Amino acid sequence: MTERGFTRSAHRAVGAKIFGGLLAGLLAVVGFGGSAHAQGSGSATLDAVKARGQLVCGVSGDVAGFSLPDSKGVMQGIDAEVCRAVAAAVLGDPSKVKFVPLTTQNRFTALQSGEIDLLSRETTWTLGRQASLGFLFAPTYFYDGTGFLVKKSLGVSDVKQLDGATICVQPGTSTELAIADYFRANNLKFTPIEIENLQQIQQAFLSGRCDAYSTDSSALAGFRYTQGDKASDFVLLPTIISKEPLAPAVRKGDDKWFDIVQWVLFAMMTAEELGVSQSNVDTFATSTVPDVRRLLGADGDLGKALGLDNKWAYNVVKQVGNMGDVWNRAIAPLGVPRGINAPWTKGGLEYAPPMR
Amino acid sequence: MSGATLDPRLNPSRAAPKKGMTLSWSDPRLRAIVWQVVIIGAVAAIVWYLVSNTNRNLESRHIATGFGFLFQSASIPIGESLLDYTPSVSTYGRALVIGLLNTLKVAVVGVVLATILGTVVGIGRLSPNWLLSRVTAVYVETLRDIPVLLQLIFWYGLMQALPGPRQALNPVPGVFLSNRGLKVPMLTWQPGYWWVLLAFVVGLVGTLAYRRSARRKQEETGQRPRVWPAAVLLLIAFPGIVWAALGARLAVDVPALRGFNFQGGVTMTPEYTALLVGLVAYTATYIAEIVRSGILAVPQGQWEAGGALGLHRGKVMSQIILPQALRVIVPPMTSQYLNLIKNSSLAVAIGYQDIVSIANTTLNQTGQAIEGIFIIMLVYLTFSLSISLFMNWYNAHIALVER
Repeated sequence: MTERGFTRSAHRAVGAKIFGGLLAGLLAVVGFGGSAHAQGSGSATLDAVKARGQLVCGVSGDVAGFSLPDSKGVMQGIDAEVCRAVAAAVLGDPSKVKFVPLTTQNRFTALQSGEIDLLSRETTWTLGRQASLGFLFAPTYFYDGTGFLVKKSLGVSDVKQLDGATICVQPGTSTELAIADYFRANNLKFTPIEIENLQQIQQAFLSGRCDAYSTDSSALAGFRYTQGDKASDFVLLPTIISKEPLAPAVRKGDDKWFDIVQWVLFAMMTAEELGVSQSNVDTFATSTVPDVRRLLGADGDLGKALGLDNKWAYNVVKQVGNMGDVWNRAIAPLGVPRGINAPWTKGGLEYAPPMR
Repeated sequence: MSGATLDPRLNPSRAAPKKGMTLSWSDPRLRAIVWQVVIIGAVAAIVWYLVSNTNRNLESRHIATGFGFLFQSASIPIGESLLDYTPSVSTYGRALVIGLLNTLKVAVVGVVLATILGTVVGIGRLSPNWLLSRVTAVYVETLRDIPVLLQLIFWYGLMQALPGPRQALNPVPGVFLSNRGLKVPMLTWQPGYWWVLLAFVVGLVGTLAYRRSARRKQEETGQRPRVWPAAVLLLIAFPGIVWAALGARLAVDVPALRGFNFQGGVTMTPEYTALLVGLVAYTATYIAEIVRSGILAVPQGQWEAGGALGLHRGKVMSQIILPQALRVIVPPMTSQYLNLIKNSSLAVAIGYQDIVSIANTTLNQTGQAIEGIFIIMLVYLTFSLSISLFMNWYNAHIALVER
C-alpha cells in the first residue's frame, strides 16, 4: 500500500484511535495498581471472602486424616475442618469453602500470590517460612514429628539401622530437611527418592523402590491405615527425628485476617477446655459461667472486635465442633493416640490464651 | 552488493529531491518516529510497572529477594549427582549445578540416541521389507500419539516392577538388575591409564591423517586404499600395547550386595533409565518422520542414477540420498532436539532430580520463587540457544554449495 492511498484526515483518525487505545490501556494498567481498597472491615482478605461468599482454602486433598474426599466427594480431615471452622466464623456456614488441592511444592506460591485465603495443608511452622516466605502461622493444631515407615520384611527396628538405605520423601517439605540433618548428625548415609506426587511416591515405596518412606508420623499412620488388610506388613519406627508443629498460614500484611484465623483455633481449644462441644453447645445457652458466656457471645464484644458476628465462636462449635470433636472425627480412626495434642488441662500442649 | 541496481527508484540520480523533516503530522518520517517513541515508551512503562509492582508487593509481604541463598548451605537430599554433594553442608548453588549436570546428562545422551534410533526407524519405514516397514510404522504411529508424561510414568512403573535388590536378576556375573537400577562393574582408574588414553588420542590423530591421505589418493587415481586395517592398528592395538607395556594392570570395582543395596560399580538408576528411554522412544518417532520426509524429498532419479552407476542400495542411500536429504532434515531436527531438552523437565514426575526438580525444591525451601524460576528459564534458554546456534552452523556447513 502506498502513502497516497490514504487521505490526510483518514490518517489522523486512525492515528488518534490507536493512540487513544494505547493511552487507555496504559491508564488501565496503572490504575489497576493504584486502586485503593473499598471501605470495609480493614481486612482485604475478609472483605474478599465476604464478597465472594466463599473461603478459598489450600489443602493437600490426598492425605487420610488431614484432607481426603470421602465416598460422597466431601473433603474430610483435620485440615479441612480448620477451613470449615474459619468459614463458619466468617460466613456462618461451614459448607462455604472451596478446597484447592496443592502439592508440597506449589502450596507457598499459591498463598503468596493470593490464589487462596488460607493454607491449611499439614504445613510445619518454621522460622524460615515465617521470616522469608512472608507468612504468619496461626496456632499449632497438630504437634507432629518426622517418622519412618518400613516393610516388616526388611527387619529394621530403629532409624539408626537405616544406614545406606533408600528413602522415599516428597521434595519441598521440612521432612527432607529433617532427614538430611539427622543423617548428617549421626554420620549415616542415605539415597533419597524425591517425587512430588503423593500417589507416585507411595507407589515407589510399595513397589520396593525405597526401603523406607518418611513424612510426618501422623500421615504415615494414615497411609498405613489406608492399606487395609496389609497394614500389618508395615512398621512405623518408634524414633521421631524432628518437631513438626502443623499450623495454618496466612499472608503477612493483613493482621485482622490473621487475628480471625488464630482466634478461631483458640476458640476451638477453649471450647474443649470448658467442656463445650458440638453435641452439648445449646445446653450452655443459659450458662452463668463468664468464660462460657463470652465464648458463645452472650456477654462482651469479642466477635465484634474481630470484625465478625458476635455468635462466631458459637457457630464454629455448633457447626464444626471443638478441637476434641475434630480430633475424634478425623485423627482417632487412624489409630493415632492424642498424646501431646491433648489440652493442657489433660497434660497436653494445647493451650489457648484467655478469651476476654 | 555490486553491479547495477535493478530498482530505478534506488538510483541516486532519479531519487526524489530530499526535503528537510517538517514538524507536521503529515510528514511520514515524523509520524514514524513518533509512533516508535510511543510504542517503546508504552512497553517500557509496562515493564517498569510490573517490576516495581512486584518489588513493592515482595517488600510489603516480607518475602526475601536476591541471589544470596545460592551461597547458603542446602539440606536438599540428592539421589544422583556427578559431583560430590553432602546435604546440610553443600550450598544451594552447588545443588543447582548438580541439577544442571543431571539435565545435561539426560539431554546429551537423549539427543544422540534419539537421532540414531529415529534415523534407523525412518529408513526402516521406507524399506521394501514388509515386516520391517510395518513394525516401524506401528511404532511411530503409536508412541507419537501418547502424551510423553504417560509414557514416562509407564516406563518408571516397569522399572519398579523389577525384583528387589536381594532377589536381583544376575544375567552376567557382576551385572545386577533390580528395582534399584542396573549395576555394572567399573574399571577403577590407574595412573598408567593416562598413557593409554594418550596413546588412543595419538592413534585417533593418525587415523584421521591417514583417511585424509586416502581421500587425496582416491581423487588422484580413483583407487581408495583401505582405511580400516590402519584404524584398528592405531586405535586398538597401539593403546593395547602401551597398556601391556605398563604392566597390564586391571582393577575392577564389582557391585556387591551390602546392607540394603549394592555398593560399588556404576549404577543406572530407574529414574534416569525411565526418563531416558521415555524421551528417546518418544522423540525418535518424530525424528523418524523427519528422516523419512527428507529421504522422500530427494528425487527418484537420484536412486536410478545411483543404480545405473552399479552401486547397491545401501551405498546409494549412504553416499547419494542421505547427504542430499540432510538439507531437508536438519532444520526441523533442531526443534526436535529443543523439544527433547524441554520435555526432560518432566523428570519431576518420576523423581529424577534435574534442574527443574532441584530449583523447585530450592525455591520452596528458600521461598524465592522469582529467582528460582529465573534460573530455570536461564538454563533452558542457554541450552536451547546453544543447540540452535550449533544446528544453524551445521546447516550452513552442509548446505549445497551453489556456484
